[in-house]
Amino acid sequence: MSEKKHMGMKAKTRLSNTIIYIILTVMSIVWLFPFFCIVCESFRVESTHQVGYVLPKQWGFDNYINLFTKTDFPVWFKNTFLIALFVAVIQTVIVLCMSYTLSRLRFKSRKGLMNVMLILGMFPGFLSMIVLYKVLNGMGLTGPNSIPGLILVYVGSSGMGYYVSKGYFDTIPRSLDEAARVDGANRLQVLTKVMLPLCKPIVIYTILTAFMGPWGDFMFAKYIAHASSAGMTVAVGLQSMIGTPSALTANYTMFCAGGVVVAVPITILFMSLQKYYVEGVTGGAVKG
Amino acid sequence: MSELEGKKLDLSQDLSDLEFLRLTKFQGFIYKLIHFFKGIPNGIKKLFIALGKLIGRALTAVKNEFADIFTTFVNGDFKTKLSYLVMGFGSIARGQILRGILFLLFEVVFVVYMITAGFHWLGKFRTLGDTGSSMQYDPILDTYVRVAGDDSFKILLYGLLTIIFIICFVYTWRLNVKQNKIAEEILKSGKKLKSGKDDLQSLVDDEFHKTLLALPLTGIMVFTVFPIIFMIFVAFTNYDGAHDGYANLFTWVGLNNFNSLFNINTGTDNMSVAFGEILSWTLMWAFFATFTNYFLGMFVAIMINKKGIKFKKMWRGILVLTSAVPQFVSLLYISKMFATNGLVNGLLLDWGIIDNISQYIRFWETKNLARIMVIIINIWIGIPYLMLIATGILMNIPADLYESAAIDGANTFQQYTKITLPYMLFVTGPYLLTSFIGNINNFNVIFLLTGGGPKNPALLTSAGSAGDTDLLITWLFNITTGAESKYYMASVIGIMIFAVIASLSLIVYNLIPSTRNEEDYS
Repeated sequence: MSEKKHMGMKAKTRLSNTIIYIILTVMSIVWLFPFFCIVCESFRVESTHQVGYVLPKQWGFDNYINLFTKTDFPVWFKNTFLIALFVAVIQTVIVLCMSYTLSRLRFKSRKGLMNVMLILGMFPGFLSMIVLYKVLNGMGLTGPNSIPGLILVYVGSSGMGYYVSKGYFDTIPRSLDEAARVDGANRLQVLTKVMLPLCKPIVIYTILTAFMGPWGDFMFAKYIAHASSAGMTVAVGLQSMIGTPSALTANYTMFCAGGVVVAVPITILFMSLQKYYVEGVTGGAVKG
Repeated sequence: MSELEGKKLDLSQDLSDLEFLRLTKFQGFIYKLIHFFKGIPNGIKKLFIALGKLIGRALTAVKNEFADIFTTFVNGDFKTKLSYLVMGFGSIARGQILRGILFLLFEVVFVVYMITAGFHWLGKFRTLGDTGSSMQYDPILDTYVRVAGDDSFKILLYGLLTIIFIICFVYTWRLNVKQNKIAEEILKSGKKLKSGKDDLQSLVDDEFHKTLLALPLTGIMVFTVFPIIFMIFVAFTNYDGAHDGYANLFTWVGLNNFNSLFNINTGTDNMSVAFGEILSWTLMWAFFATFTNYFLGMFVAIMINKKGIKFKKMWRGILVLTSAVPQFVSLLYISKMFATNGLVNGLLLDWGIIDNISQYIRFWETKNLARIMVIIINIWIGIPYLMLIATGILMNIPADLYESAAIDGANTFQQYTKITLPYMLFVTGPYLLTSFIGNINNFNVIFLLTGGGPKNPALLTSAGSAGDTDLLITWLFNITTGAESKYYMASVIGIMIFAVIASLSLIVYNLIPSTRNEEDYS
């Protein structure tokens, strides 16, 4: 009797596992399908507009060659890379300063400061762009020179994005700091000698997200750099490439190629640091 | 049957604890909800009482400040007294050279600024300029040239900066007075004052937070706080593309812009219709986008983490790939995939699901389909992130909880509803709120997928057109970048977004008392 029931359980587990495998496989196909399509379409030679099939009839690198020789894509890529590099460094320093202070140090206006941040965060970020654009424009940091302008805009308010890394710092026992303090370390030494080595995952997480931000942002970049191709980032540039119906017909496959060129390095970087990203998200995002 | 059980409970009445415990979960929720809304008038009353008390306390604080300033002056020595006029004199005279010089420097900069520029901007602030630029005949060049006049934008900008500077000065002056008082007290008790070297030393130790926060807070002040203050003021002007402040001055218009948003005294413009429609879709979108992602992401995490499922890393990796690819690539591409003459319709035709071109599914061209599509594609975008978060939390649930539940005969579904879900909701409550707010302002998904379309003629207003999938934030973007550039309307909408989010947060924090304590995790 009990033997039979046991067998039943086993069969049931096998059935439910099979269902799960089927669901996961279908999901994987759905999730990968767009990427498969964009790669295939980027190699299509016979036409440049949208078509109703995935596999090209004629394969070739024409779109990639055109992308690098006939458009400003190399400039956009260089711009975005530069911006991302600066943002990654400056934003990481700012976010870590902010989150470390709010997590580990206790001072009079701490709670009030956090409440003010919360309230400021309720205003849509784009609102401040109207005046920032005018001021940056007056300083000549828009249009073709928008690289420094965009760096300023991205890092300017990055202190408000401290939640995830503060959540991570919160999980580290305070007794560690106290022990170091008792041993005579000052607070700067506690930060550099005790905390940072322990917080490698969140440091890498912060660098990674800061670096990826400019590649994915559209709203700010579009507003600051809309007027001049020389100052665009890849997001704005590629969107302008297919912005009108006639441009879409002419450039669609080239846009696909551009998308692939942008996505491949970012994806490789991301996947190779995935471990830290996951630790950062699971360690900080929820508890933040 | 006891009297208690026989009585039918009226949920709108106050119940005792015993009666409340007898309610089913659903009744309990309804009871809480009813009483939340019943409590609003009382809450408002309390709010006003609290506000009154706050004002009262503020007034006493101000009174105390003035009293303190006065007594410090009367009781102080000549060093203190002179410091009232020459900031930092007391500090320098008592040997705290570094502090003193900083105070003095600040005062000099302030005075020079006010004389050379400050008063000029303040004087024009009330009108935002009276003489605009004009074309005047230049006899030497024999042509008309533009002669610069006032610039309303600059007047507003520098006027606000000057006001902020004055506030800073008053604060610093007060600090300077306080410093003198403290220094006198320390010297009287026979102790030594901190030297400049001590001050610097403390910046990496006891006052380390000041060092660390200096850069982040400066950034936030310049790039967030000041622009927000500026834009709040813009909401009370007629600043737009036609009144850019230079060629045509703009000026204060009081509450006109808010009136026109709610259609008070504005004949034909259907601003309030558009606002209501876009607001309700924004909330609907935020609700669906948040909860579909939340539950489906959790579901996927549970599936992948189930004991006996192999290749866990691979499944996770495939999903996380979507987070790795920059959103504008994936979203723009998917948007084109579902275009009427795009890949998906082509494949449907190829596979014989539709017969000819006239049957193409117009994904982005009808209101309801477009709205459903953005929610579905948002699931595609959002599940991986939620899956990661849920995985982290699920691993924290003690395994023995499940084991003992299984021994007690609970099936998988019961285990889910009684253990997993409550635990998840408990831990992620605040996250749900942040993610809801994030979705209200989710620009990328909407703008890159539909651009706000399909355009809806019913939403055409004096500030520009809008579409059926436009959120408040994309509407704000379009108003700002559109041909008319109605900056004042953009500020009004920005303020409304703030109002919506602030009141939502208030309600949520009241309904679900936050049980989390920061120190819990350390």
